[in-house]
Amino acid sequence: MEIVLAVVIGVLYGAGLYLILRRNIVKLVFGLVLLSQATNLLIFTASGLTRAKIPIISENASTLSSSAADPLPQALILTAIVISFGILAFALVLLRKAFRVVGSDDLDDMRSTDL
Amino acid sequence: MNNLLILPLFIPLATAIILLIFRQRRLQKVINLIGSLFLFLISLIVLKEVYFEGIQVLRLGTWPPPFAITFAVDMISALMLSVSGFVAFNISIYSIASMDEERLKFGFYPLLNMLLMGVNGAFLTADLFNLYVWFEVMLMSSFVLMALGGQRQQIEGAVKYLTLNFIASIIFLSATGIIYGKTGTLNMADLAYRLGNDFQTELIRTSAVLLLIAFGIKAAVFPLYFWLPASYHTPPVAVSAIFGGLLTKVGVYALIRTFTLIFRMDIGFIQPILYVIAGLTMVSGVLGAASQFNFRRILSFHIISQIGYMILGLAIYTPLAIAGAVFYIFHHIIVKTNLFLVSGIVRHIQGSEQLKDLGGLYRQYPLLALLFLIPAFSLGGIPPLSGFFAKFIVIKSAMFSEDYLMVLIALIVGVLTLYSMTKIWSEVFWKKEKSPLLSRPLIPFSMWIPVILMALATIGIGLFAGTLVQLSEIAAEQLMNPSHYIEAVLWEK
Repeated sequence: MEIVLAVVIGVLYGAGLYLILRRNIVKLVFGLVLLSQATNLLIFTASGLTRAKIPIISENASTLSSSAADPLPQALILTAIVISFGILAFALVLLRKAFRVVGSDDLDDMRSTDL
Repeated sequence: MNNLLILPLFIPLATAIILLIFRQRRLQKVINLIGSLFLFLISLIVLKEVYFEGIQVLRLGTWPPPFAITFAVDMISALMLSVSGFVAFNISIYSIASMDEERLKFGFYPLLNMLLMGVNGAFLTADLFNLYVWFEVMLMSSFVLMALGGQRQQIEGAVKYLTLNFIASIIFLSATGIIYGKTGTLNMADLAYRLGNDFQTELIRTSAVLLLIAFGIKAAVFPLYFWLPASYHTPPVAVSAIFGGLLTKVGVYALIRTFTLIFRMDIGFIQPILYVIAGLTMVSGVLGAASQFNFRRILSFHIISQIGYMILGLAIYTPLAIAGAVFYIFHHIIVKTNLFLVSGIVRHIQGSEQLKDLGGLYRQYPLLALLFLIPAFSLGGIPPLSGFFAKFIVIKSAMFSEDYLMVLIALIVGVLTLYSMTKIWSEVFWKKEKSPLLSRPLIPFSMWIPVILMALATIGIGLFAGTLVQLSEIAAEQLMNPSHYIEAVLWEK
């Protein structure tokens, strides 16, 4: 399972990187979406995949058994999803505004501040 | 346990919420001013406690370490907190008259306070993932502050600023995930403790380099800084002053924190990289500034070249060098904010930032010329101003560790900094004005006060440099011996 996910993560990073290198602002947003999803999957996979071992302390023990799944990565990912959701929502509005103001969806037309 | 540490977060948060309720403009200015004054005073109290009683720790929810989200303030954090409080207070005064109605209506003040909460949170936290969250709080507010107003320049700058900083956050988050996968902890002290006992080079170097890149983008070091000169000159002056002063320095702080605490065993691997980055950052920043003819863009490029000195302090990695880097950050935040504010006053008088359109201000506003010279000379490193001592400590530590090439680069960059400052001086203040001004616009009192306060701070740091050097040495001592920090975070009751 790790191998499959590793490949998926790699493909997502690659595709995201390719998309943010394009000049179209819509592709830029898609690239950012893919990158942030790839990162969430990376956290998920890197901290170990445990199947069907719920992290609940059994009645006569005081700590988790060592084979239980780790719930923390999911909490991290949940936080990361919320944050990237907020930023991507803002990015969409910003790029729409950029399209309105500049009159183009080409990043190469947005270079007046670069000189 | 010290519950005081929650206040640098709580005060801006509470201020922001109150500001969202009371939308009347004059009331907002008063509330914001009171909030930022409180923030400044609290950060001074925190500094005092750290000075007299050592590292202060707060575990939220009184969970045992390392499970609790821990806030820990050592000397470098305390110094950063107090200087950010000082800058916030000054920006609050400056924005009273300079911020336009439109931006106030769309919530400039609540955003400013959320930004401060993010900055303070990054200085306080002792948890890697929590640091990521504070970075995001800071970035989210800065995105909106950057774009607020919606002029074409701003939007274009904001697109680049958002994209590159979001990529930095993604890289930071990836590194955090990998570190958690390898070690099973995210508490920085716990990480340092575990890696100190069992350091697996191959596994940890990946995340070390990822963190270097992520914080490098945020700190605007050599090959990663292109978002900064493309965006920092576009928003209103009060906004670019607080960005230019504070935000990149949060990245530098994170670099210092991670590479003196978590990855200190591997410093031999990261050090050569930091040397190259430091040298190239100094040179490319100052050369970029020399080729510019827009007031605020020159200042933006100088942020980059000054970041190089701080990274150099970290790269040399002796107690003296780290103390130099801490001193440098402290002085630079005040000086750079002040220079941006002066550029705002110049813009207020003559309505432009292009050097060719400006001129003659020395004759009409001699006080303004003086107030420009103080931070400008300090940036260039003229004694007895604060910048001289900052450069002196860093260069002296480079001499001691026999990095003569770096000494040479640092000295030349210092001279080139002065060249840029004299360019601004002769174009804006000395040169004859193109067309005589019909009327002399009145500069509001609230724009003068922060510039004067910060100029006095610059002179004060220079005259009483011993005090700040002593504080920086305490900070460096704590950073170089992470056992203090680890003990305080993990074992102190």
